[in-house]
Amino acid sequence: MNISLSPEILFYIGSWPISNTFFWSVLVTVFLIIGSFFLRRRLRMIPGKLQNIMEILIEGSYDFVEGIIGSKEKAKRVFPLVFTMFFFIFFCNLLVYIPGQSAVTIKTAGGVVPLFRAIISDYSLVFMMTMISVIVTQIVAIVVAGPWKYVTKFINFRSPLKCFLGIMDLVGELAKIMSLSFRLFGNIFAGEVLGAVMLFLFPFFLPLPFLFLGLLTAVVQPFVFSVLTLVFISMATEIEQPEEK
Amino acid sequence: MDMQAAKYIGAGLAMGLGAIGPAIGEGIVASKALEAIGRNPEASGKISPLMFVGMAITESTGIYALVVALIILFA
Repeated sequence: MNISLSPEILFYIGSWPISNTFFWSVLVTVFLIIGSFFLRRRLRMIPGKLQNIMEILIEGSYDFVEGIIGSKEKAKRVFPLVFTMFFFIFFCNLLVYIPGQSAVTIKTAGGVVPLFRAIISDYSLVFMMTMISVIVTQIVAIVVAGPWKYVTKFINFRSPLKCFLGIMDLVGELAKIMSLSFRLFGNIFAGEVLGAVMLFLFPFFLPLPFLFLGLLTAVVQPFVFSVLTLVFISMATEIEQPEEK
Repeated sequence: MDMQAAKYIGAGLAMGLGAIGPAIGEGIVASKALEAIGRNPEASGKISPLMFVGMAITESTGIYALVVALIILFA
């Protein structure tokens, strides 16, 4: 068994290493963009099969987003980001279930490496997505509350208790980065490792239930990631509204 | 004791102790959600996605332990 935390490097463009996860994530992105472009051009009043499925999916998740964030206007703004995150991660996870992909290897300068690797089991990608989510949350908080109120939420000297709470809030915001990214990365990577270990122990039937467990993770984790992003953003939009009497 | 053995023991301890809390927590989450669905079956569509989110958040400490264990083992 060889399990590595970092993705394998396939080839170099100049001095820029292209790892297998990067390669596949770019491929998935291009595929999704072209697919949505194609679907967009073929929108009909009487939907076909694919359009029907997408409409059900998008409508259902839009209603869900609206239910959580509470207003139509906010939902309209935040929905594209959240749904794109969900769909991208979901699609990346499903790619693992193409049969036979893990057997394909190629020969590179650094030895024989697998061509394919579960895309989300690359921490740098997960970290970047988490940073996008956290930074958007902070921007929303600044825009909604105003810069002065935003700063004084974390650093203030009104009373010892409030000062302490502000510092705790600051730590909480920083801990978000770690918790959000580790959750997604850990789940997917653990699924991969578990699958590899089970395959190593007893190759024929034992990995099967774990594969189904992995399928459940592949659906639930993108959902959780995007819902948490949504909840953070909706919490940021609700920082102390002016009290009306 | 050589380095490798210490690594294995450390990873095993991290994972084993780290799994206790999330296991209890997830059990509580699931039992409460099922109780709620049992009382009001029409609300199951609203309860179950929230249950999954709650479970995933409860799970996160276990995942931290797992990441630590994996880093000890492979990095």
